[in-house]
Amino acid sequence: MKRFLIPLAVFLVLVVFLAVGLKRDPREVPSPLVGKPAPEFRLDTLATPGKQFSPADMRGQVWLLNVWASWCVSCRAEHPLLVAFAKQGGLPIVGLNYKELRGDGEIDMKKVPAGEEPALVRQRAGAWLARHGDPYALSVLDMDGRVGIDYGVYGVPETYLIDKKGIIRFKQIGPITPEALEQKILPLARQLAGEAS
Amino acid sequence: MKRALACLLTSAILGAAGASLAADATPMAEDPAVEARLVVISEELRCLVCQNESLAASRAELAEDLRREVRKLIRDGKSDPEIRDYLVARYGDFVLYRPPVKPTTWLLWFGPFVLLVSALVGLIAYLRRRSAGLTPSALTAADKAAAEALLADPGADNPPKHNA
Repeated sequence: MKRFLIPLAVFLVLVVFLAVGLKRDPREVPSPLVGKPAPEFRLDTLATPGKQFSPADMRGQVWLLNVWASWCVSCRAEHPLLVAFAKQGGLPIVGLNYKELRGDGEIDMKKVPAGEEPALVRQRAGAWLARHGDPYALSVLDMDGRVGIDYGVYGVPETYLIDKKGIIRFKQIGPITPEALEQKILPLARQLAGEAS
Repeated sequence: MKRALACLLTSAILGAAGASLAADATPMAEDPAVEARLVVISEELRCLVCQNESLAASRAELAEDLRREVRKLIRDGKSDPEIRDYLVARYGDFVLYRPPVKPTTWLLWFGPFVLLVSALVGLIAYLRRRSAGLTPSALTAADKAAAEALLADPGADNPPKHNA
């Protein structure tokens, strides 16, 4: 009897490891940026050409930075949740419009005349928000994805929860699910709102 | 002359196919030294989008952006470790095909050896135990007497088959 117990135990341990491995999403790479200051940037806003936004403008507030693009299918899936969340007015959401034109595989950038990109980006992104709702306090345009690289963006949508001191406290990779919002983002945001800035 | 003709022919064929190819071709950097270093560095880096491809091989768009970024860093005179650190700071150790040895990666680095050693120890223990079990144990006096009795009287309760 005893001689079967050891292989059985080894097998069960293996099963547990494999079961945990199966449940984990290999696309979710833990971000080294959690616990670090949100990278600084200065980008034009979607609404007003020439008007710029920087994360420093949000100092003293707990806020969400949501990376999106009109070509991103998962963003559309996540969008109603963001719109409903914004209506409750819990946290300001800033949109980082990521490679609106250059990220769209169907657009040949060689055919886009130089200098017309910002106008075209504003037109496309604006139309998308008009159609699906605009949950953002404001959106900024990261046309070439440079800021996205600084934030370690590798699959839109991604969302960062940033505290009053400008430190990234949580990163959601992929669409925000109702569970992630209720169980992770909101409790953490409530706790962060109580911290001194 | 022959070579010039071949060249001409190739470029004509390529020219015809070029319309569709040109859109896909990434712009080559002017500096071959930069490209050579880019290949060396990016072969050791993982593409975040298609996770089993290296940054050098991947055609994903993010990989192209990151190669462009690495090119820029090379031209800025950054060393290889500095460039790796730049990417690790943004995407984590996961981008490295050779993750650094630190407490969180100990299991990854040493786990297989621990498994091998414990399997060897288990195997040796098992073999020892088995060979110990195989050595003939000494007969007790009673066993010996019983065996001798059987040998002395073969017909008693175990008759030989071919005695006719």
